[in-house]
Amino acid sequence: MSFLSNVISGISLGSIYAIIALGYTMVYGIAKMLNFAHGDVIMVGAYVCFFAVSAYNLPPVIGVLLAVALCTALGMLIERMAYKPLRQAPSLAVLITAIGVSYFLQNAALLWWGSDPKKFPAFIVVGEQNGVSLFGGQLRITYVAIVTVVACVAIMAGLIAFTGKTKMGKAMRACSEDKGAAQLMGINVNATISMTFAIGSALAAIAGVLMCSAYDTLLPTTGSMPGIKAFTAAVFGGIGSIPGAFLGGLLLGVIQIFTQAYLSQELADAIVFAVLIVVLLVKPTGLLGKQIQEKV
Amino acid sequence: MALLKADHIHVYYGSIHAVKGVSFEVNEGEVVTLIGANGAGKSTVLNTVSGLLHPRSGSIEFEGKDLKGMPPHKIVEHGLAQCPEGRRIFLQMTVEDNLEMGAFTQPGSTIAGGIADVYKRFPRLEERRRQVAGTLSGGEQQMLAMGRALMSRPKLLMLDEPSMGLAPILVEQIFDIIRELHKAGTTILLVEQNAQAALSVADRAYVLETGTVSLSGTGAELMASDKVREAYLGG
Ligand SMILES: Nc1ncnc2c1ncn2[C@@H]1O[C@H](COP(=O)(O)OP(=O)(O)OP(=O)(O)O)[C@@H](O)[C@H]1O
Ligand SMILES: [Mg+2]
Repeated sequence: MSFLSNVISGISLGSIYAIIALGYTMVYGIAKMLNFAHGDVIMVGAYVCFFAVSAYNLPPVIGVLLAVALCTALGMLIERMAYKPLRQAPSLAVLITAIGVSYFLQNAALLWWGSDPKKFPAFIVVGEQNGVSLFGGQLRITYVAIVTVVACVAIMAGLIAFTGKTKMGKAMRACSEDKGAAQLMGINVNATISMTFAIGSALAAIAGVLMCSAYDTLLPTTGSMPGIKAFTAAVFGGIGSIPGAFLGGLLLGVIQIFTQAYLSQELADAIVFAVLIVVLLVKPTGLLGKQIQEKV
Repeated sequence: MALLKADHIHVYYGSIHAVKGVSFEVNEGEVVTLIGANGAGKSTVLNTVSGLLHPRSGSIEFEGKDLKGMPPHKIVEHGLAQCPEGRRIFLQMTVEDNLEMGAFTQPGSTIAGGIADVYKRFPRLEERRRQVAGTLSGGEQQMLAMGRALMSRPKLLMLDEPSMGLAPILVEQIFDIIRELHKAGTTILLVEQNAQAALSVADRAYVLETGTVSLSGTGAELMASDKVREAYLGG
């Protein structure tokens, strides 16, 4: 039964990684840049929801919507202020700027919200219960886990439909392939990139709320490690690929939980990254990556 | 009044002075061609008209309106479409999605009609409508690129080397299509290496040499010019 319970924790952790990785991969796919500040947008989303619910006693739904709205605006602002002026700059300059934005967000959070850990409220409950027990209490599935997995699948399906069926989504794919040609079609490339950041950051806010609902401690550095892991997941699945980010995120979560459970608590992260390295040695484009992408 | 009028434009790539004071006009209903050797600056001129590059000095007017500072997507909205060198279709998207992107500036209700028009002109594309564009042959890709540019219902269509890399029979077909478009009233600015074919369809032509216009005249005049015959028509 502990095996099954590990599978469930793996999938639910993996779903969080997957939601973050989907944001990473969308931005990379269209803007061709690694937005290392993505993880810190997660943290901001979690804080916004935390304060809305705990300090202002707003209903959790409003807290989540506020987090999504503010992170969407924050993502677009970051793109406009930090990345857009560097559109023609070498990718190394953009990468360093992204790292700078990441530290800026962490330190701004430290300044405003302090270094003491916040205990994120458990609001995904039914009655007094935060989950269901199966097999006479041997297996427990939290509602957070269920909501996370459902949200992740819905987000992936939504993104696939958006990029495959809508005019705006197709324009994003066109920008991803050839920005100059997209401009010659009359597509406003700057607006399209801005919209990609909006989508990615909205997803980060959702991931932040779900993550802090599952693991309740909130700190200014909370988004940092999951951000890096999710980036790893996106590369693992094939960066730029939506199903790849989903698959990569899930696998990473499952591998992490299993190494923690059966091999070593301390070495879990090292093993996760070792698996990534092996996969990339065998298949440099990641599991579902198509052609050779630009090296970063 | 000319539909498109470029007046002494100078374009640089950093310190490289690629276009040095080029002036030309395209009148409504005309086919005008820019011919010239590799590196003469032909693509640079088209990309400047499209707003992808900015002239350091000189002006470009379309329907009497200065295009200065206008972003490329706005220029398309004004009715200027370019079918770029090397086709640059979206290889990972289907034929039909490529056409839909060509109609990005058009109201949604007109897109189906536009696609039907393109299929009438290029029946091969209709057979391959659900196929990913990267799997098309070179000739089919060129047809797709031209069809995609037509989707914005441009007042002026700019074609950059549409015959590049195609077998002679396909080159013939591409020029037949240019003639048909001309007959239907489309105004065309054609850039070509294939001077013979270009001059035969063109009302007027400009010869570009290392960033300057060295000759201009009607298609027939340039075809008869000794200088053009020597340099571009193989004597
Ligand atoms: N991105 C660029 N950076 C620097 N120089 C460039 C760039 N693009 C073109 N050039 C230079 O500008 C000049 C004109 O190039 P352009 O592409 O306009 O020539 P062209 O007439 O279209 O040639 P072709 O027939 O080979 O397509 C060339 O000397 C070229 O080397
Ligand atoms: Mg050229």
